[in-house]
Amino acid sequence: MTALLPRRGLAQILALIVILAVDRIVSPQFFDLRLQDGRLFGSLIDVLNRGTPVALLSLGMVLVIATRGIDLSVGAVMAISGAIAASLADSHGLPVVLAAALGTGLVCGLWNGFLVAVLGMQPIVATLILMVAGRGIAQLITEGRIVTFSSPDLIWLGNGAVLGLPVPVAIALGMLILTGAVVRGSALGLLIEATGGNARASELAGVGTRAMILAVYVWCGVCAALAGVIAAADIMGADANNAGLWLELDAILAVVIGGTSLFGGRFSLVLAVLGALIIQTMNTGILLSGYPPEFNLLVKAVVVLAVLLLQSPKLSGMAGIAARLRRTKA
Amino acid sequence: MILKALFAASATAALLLALPANAAELTIGFSQIGSESGWRAAETSVSKQEAAKRKVNLKIADAQQKQENQIKAIRSFIAQNVDAIFLAPVVSTGWDSVLKEAKEAKIPVVLLDRDIDPSGKDLYLTAVTSDSVHEGAVAGDWLAKTVAEKACNIVELQGTVGASVAANRKKGFDTAIAKHPNLKVVRSQTGDFTRAKGKEVMESFIKAEGGGKSICAVYAHNDDMMVGAIQAMKEAGLKPGKDILTVSIDAVPDIFKAMAAGEANATVELTPNMAGPALDAIAAFKEKGTVPPKWIQTESKLYTAADDPQKIYDSKKGLGY
Repeated sequence: MTALLPRRGLAQILALIVILAVDRIVSPQFFDLRLQDGRLFGSLIDVLNRGTPVALLSLGMVLVIATRGIDLSVGAVMAISGAIAASLADSHGLPVVLAAALGTGLVCGLWNGFLVAVLGMQPIVATLILMVAGRGIAQLITEGRIVTFSSPDLIWLGNGAVLGLPVPVAIALGMLILTGAVVRGSALGLLIEATGGNARASELAGVGTRAMILAVYVWCGVCAALAGVIAAADIMGADANNAGLWLELDAILAVVIGGTSLFGGRFSLVLAVLGALIIQTMNTGILLSGYPPEFNLLVKAVVVLAVLLLQSPKLSGMAGIAARLRRTKA
Repeated sequence: MILKALFAASATAALLLALPANAAELTIGFSQIGSESGWRAAETSVSKQEAAKRKVNLKIADAQQKQENQIKAIRSFIAQNVDAIFLAPVVSTGWDSVLKEAKEAKIPVVLLDRDIDPSGKDLYLTAVTSDSVHEGAVAGDWLAKTVAEKACNIVELQGTVGASVAANRKKGFDTAIAKHPNLKVVRSQTGDFTRAKGKEVMESFIKAEGGGKSICAVYAHNDDMMVGAIQAMKEAGLKPGKDILTVSIDAVPDIFKAMAAGEANATVELTPNMAGPALDAIAAFKEKGTVPPKWIQTESKLYTAADDPQKIYDSKKGLGY
């Protein structure tokens, strides 16, 4: 019976396989791949490519949540960094554009981190401020218009290919490896988990909890800014009203689907990204299915509920007891 | 934006102080919603142009999407005893008392772009709006005429689920193509009126319809989604405008850029010029006492590649879209 108990990651992988199988049923050509202009082309690639913004957001979000925090401002930070990248793209080189956009994300993260770590505000309120104000800032930058650009370098970032993989996917993969190497290759991950598990005890044990909290919000801001640049590069324009809109909720959902507790204390980067992929596999499946759009949110809610139930230790405990009862009766 | 608005306001004030309005000149107060979209910004700039053309003194009050600001603006227009009031209502209800005040002061009110609750019908002179069902019909008729007898599978990018504009544009299009059994909408999904979702949904349409080979036309409820869809088609190695026909609604500058490049075929204009017909109606009402009809429908003009899209793009891009 212990084999059926949710070992870490098993439930998520199972959920992904089931959703992929359903996608294959609603769309028989789901796994077809071909090369188009040096870039792989197919629904699977769409899943990876469209899942990139949420995957990047979840990389930052999972660390914030591990410290028992939350960052509601990531969608707004995407809008700001996209607006800045688009406004600079045609007059400056890619390094300047990236530095400006990511620098903005860093400043946004510092602001959030300052409110939470230094002023001691509750994370949900502290980041709500930037969530509301940030979209306004982005709209001020774009003056409410969609700012388009034609810089081939920035467009490549959204639509180019590296070894057949779309550039955004390669970037997300790189960020996953980088984040993983930094937090799991050192004691940093452990210290972050300690901060989330019991901040006071960790503080007494000598962990610089304030610096930890500041650092995770900064990283979250940078990841969000990168997602914003990619989203702008994808449509060759910055749409301040809609870029990243409600994506903070998808990012939190991805982290939760990845089995990270909102109460902090432990986290898994890979599973958070897997959570983002589960969400996108479902979204793409819904789009391919041809159902009327009125069903989109309903289907999404039911699938999310099923995935979370699959992970629930209580529920699998009950299933275990039921199976044992059945066996004793026989 | 704020600085600009402040500057405009102070400039208007300075102008008013410097030149006391000519007795023959009309002074009209315009309570604008705010800067909710590029179209709204274009409507404001076109209103200014149209007023200047007719030598009307147009005072614009930006309500920043709040009804209470609009009510305040209308009251201040009444206090200034303007000749007429234009109102682009942010919501459809709650206007009765302030419109009664305007009626008692004998100031005619013209609604722009949006209608209000039927209970207030006798409280305004006329409403200048577009008919979004008709817009969809114009798009459908163009497509039917263009493909003629050929069988045509259409994919549709809907606006936000629950938005009345989206429902109306769908209804108009469906009714127009219902007369032509060779036209069929094979897939329809929401793109939330945005470029990013338009692109994502079009990507899935292309995969679901055999790499896009069985799609003959795309209909999008707005141009922004079409701009995204055009990118998706290009990335899939298809030629939008040639392999797949496109028709969308709004006539924003960027669709003319695509049209000039041969990547889009047609768009139906949601004109930002609501003030022009309203100004004409007020002038006729003031001079000859002509009472306009309760509803003045703006033209839903169709633009295609034959209309010199590059020139239209140049003329539209400065309007603030």
